[in-house]
Amino acid sequence: MAVISRGFTGRGQTSNRLPPGQTLTTGFPVLTAGPTPHVSTADWNFTLLTETGTEHTWTWTELRDLPQDSPHTDIHCVTGWSKFDTDWQGVSLDILLAEVETNAQFAQAYCHGGYTTNLPLADLRGGQAWIAHTFDGAPLPAEHGGPARLLVPHLYFWKSAKWVQGIRLLEHDQPGFWERAGYHNYGDPWREQRYWND
Amino acid sequence: MTATPPQPRVNWQAATITGTDAENARTRTLQLQVPGWPGHQAGQHVDVRLTAENGYQATRAYSLAGAPGEDPALTVVRAEGGEVSPYLVDVIQTGDQVELRGPIGGYFVWKPGPRRRPVLLLAGGSGVVPLRAMLRHRARLGDDTPMRLLYSVRSPEQVIYRRELAGQADRVSLLYTRTTPPGWPRPPARLDHTALAGQAWPPEQAPLAYVCGPTTFVEHAAGLLTDLGYTPADVRTERYG
Repeated sequence: MAVISRGFTGRGQTSNRLPPGQTLTTGFPVLTAGPTPHVSTADWNFTLLTETGTEHTWTWTELRDLPQDSPHTDIHCVTGWSKFDTDWQGVSLDILLAEVETNAQFAQAYCHGGYTTNLPLADLRGGQAWIAHTFDGAPLPAEHGGPARLLVPHLYFWKSAKWVQGIRLLEHDQPGFWERAGYHNYGDPWREQRYWND
Repeated sequence: MTATPPQPRVNWQAATITGTDAENARTRTLQLQVPGWPGHQAGQHVDVRLTAENGYQATRAYSLAGAPGEDPALTVVRAEGGEVSPYLVDVIQTGDQVELRGPIGGYFVWKPGPRRRPVLLLAGGSGVVPLRAMLRHRARLGDDTPMRLLYSVRSPEQVIYRRELAGQADRVSLLYTRTTPPGWPRPPARLDHTALAGQAWPPEQAPLAYVCGPTTFVEHAAGLLTDLGYTPADVRTERYG
């Protein structure tokens, strides 16, 4: 039987754009386990490392010279907030992955500051994932992952790794930072996959 | 998942309010009883779910305010116009129920380590809650880890755990940012390099730092710590909103 909290009414309505257990915010909260790394675009580069050890690296200028996308999307954080209609610019992972040969099934993003997160490689393909450098028309601020972060908005936002440095393509799944700390390995907000046993 | 992670399962459980304590005009601590509560670590949080008569639900995350070994307790600050916190601060009473899920989080936690590395706790506003759990844990254990709390708060009226913290004046410093108590030796000021350098364990002592509060406070304070020479990996942060 459901536990009723006596006298609680709340706002009493939920939007079908809001995944279960989420609350809409108009701010842009920050979730980071440590201090914000400050990386200059002059030092920035992004690497795809395949399962055979082949590396493909793009500098900041090379990334900006690739075809750019402008995803418009809702984002959902595992701590309970969702934000509608966010505007980004970046390069689709489809374009970057087209440059490497791989049979990998899994991917692990690694970042300045030591953060990691994992996801199936298929979730980085098909117009679902970007290396994003612009938010709301302005350079992505450092506290939100700038100069560039991974953007995978169909999963909880901890998968959208800030200060991304590269992605390892792997034959076997390797849980990342939060995934090893009790959070769900996949993290689909619509199935409310917050914690490991959800 | 094939391998069994070290975390306990996190399922919703009924929790009954067993007592409430007013901390200040907009803050209340709720004592909870949860049958079969597995215990928690200092710094962990829980998800709290409220269900209305009509089935409408709202979920929020709150830090656990008590020490390991104590029943779960939540300290909630009323956010004006909020959906959940005004209910928890002004409406809910002893005997009422909520649902609770946790404890959650294995990173922003402190327990005594074999090396007794000194610990610096930096709180901004309601960010003091999980840090209070760490101070309380140390005190209950009689542990001798050097630990110090620097608590940045807007005004005297907004201090949480006033009496408890006053009893540990040797390890707790308050920093008022807008209004000070009468006769306070320092004018109101934001945390800066000088104030922090005067309180922080020197980096040579391999200190651990826990920083919790609003994003602007945490960004600022964690940046000051790395400027002082703290190793980024030894600065753990938790941001509220």
